[in-house]
Amino acid sequence: MDFDLMITSFPKLLGATVVTLKLLSASLFFGLFLGLFFAILRLNKNIFINKFAYGYSYIFRGTPLLVQIFIIYFGLGQIEYLRTTFLWVILKEPYWCAIIAFTLNTGAYTSEILRSAFQTIKPGIIEAGKSLGISNKIIFYKIQIPIAIRQSLPAYGNEIILMMKGTSLASTVTLMDLTGVAKYIISTTFKPIEVFVVAGGIYLFMTFIIHNVIKYLEKKYSFQQ
Amino acid sequence: MELLAFGKTGWGDELFYATLMTVAVSITAMLVGFFFALIFTPLKLSKYKTLNLVGNFYTTVIRGVPELLVIYLFFFGGSGAIMYVASIFGYYEYIEINAFITGSMAIGIISGAYSTEVFRGAIQSIDKGQFEAAKVLGINKFGQFYKIILPQMLRLAIPNLSNVWQITLKDTSLISVTGLVEIMRQSYIAAGSTRDPLFFYSFAAVLYLLLTYVSMKLINKLEVRYSRGY
Repeated sequence: MDFDLMITSFPKLLGATVVTLKLLSASLFFGLFLGLFFAILRLNKNIFINKFAYGYSYIFRGTPLLVQIFIIYFGLGQIEYLRTTFLWVILKEPYWCAIIAFTLNTGAYTSEILRSAFQTIKPGIIEAGKSLGISNKIIFYKIQIPIAIRQSLPAYGNEIILMMKGTSLASTVTLMDLTGVAKYIISTTFKPIEVFVVAGGIYLFMTFIIHNVIKYLEKKYSFQQ
Repeated sequence: MELLAFGKTGWGDELFYATLMTVAVSITAMLVGFFFALIFTPLKLSKYKTLNLVGNFYTTVIRGVPELLVIYLFFFGGSGAIMYVASIFGYYEYIEINAFITGSMAIGIISGAYSTEVFRGAIQSIDKGQFEAAKVLGINKFGQFYKIILPQMLRLAIPNLSNVWQITLKDTSLISVTGLVEIMRQSYIAAGSTRDPLFFYSFAAVLYLLLTYVSMKLINKLEVRYSRGY
């Protein structure tokens, strides 16, 4: 074991962790809204809207994230028309392409998590709201959404961890995130084990934090208080 | 459409073989994963704390670290590790391991961590009475596990194993970074030489969707078969 390398590479890897966290938080933020939007579409009774939302989640959950990033980063630039629009400002940056791909991906998984959470809400709760004379809109925002969030916390926690691991793919489109820097150090020093221990340790530490925050929130919002 | 022609003019046959390669790597990785799961599941369920710790260490580390990082570890570290072992036995030549083996080992270890969790959950949800009844009937430990517990566990594990299979199948796309010519790598090559990345990566997505769709259908059949009598 080359401990000197581990010590010297630690600050570099820590600096790259900032990029990973930025990618993660941006894609989770946008992904949550996208997921909520598609979950609501899934619950719609109109078969076309319903099928459209199902198709979205089926495609993004059925293909590897790597393909999605490559289509957005390498593929979309090929369309001449896009190059003339303002979208090109965003699409020529690997950083934004990665965030778009991650957002669409996590949005698909989040929509499934939220949909099943909405479906497990007991009809009695909604009926109780109605009999109290609360409007449908308020029932949805004040009763259904908070319950659905509580129900989906454990699954969403897993999704956050999966997405954190997913951000490592940003390194394939030239972004220097934690995995990208780790790969760079490995390929220049040929000491894979040392770098893996340090980079893996940072990832595990983040997993640990996310896991415990979710556990805390689950406890805080549990029904039995 | 001529881009997908078979033969020298198109990429149809190349992509077809690449798809077979993806399937081959996925199946090998899944089997390697089962092998690891069969070792680590008993450790996680053992009554000894130290063995628990070993089992938990494996599943926690692998499930908490990005797949790509594990693949880089195997890709850059694999031949070094083999050469180190060989040097103990007095063999000092350079050994290069084939990308297929490195890739399926790396993905296999990842898939094994997920399989371990699935097996553990399935065994824990088997009724305790089944273990006791087997014991009372005087069936030996080996028979208890293989004839009583395993068949029941498989039925319970199949829905979750199908998720593991989907994860494994999608993870194989990451092996393309090591140069193994599977769907992703072949699309990369084709996209590079025809300058048509949008078409080839979209086609790759279709191939993956096809694979996940077909395997879902097959697994559902398996599920029905193993649920006979319930």
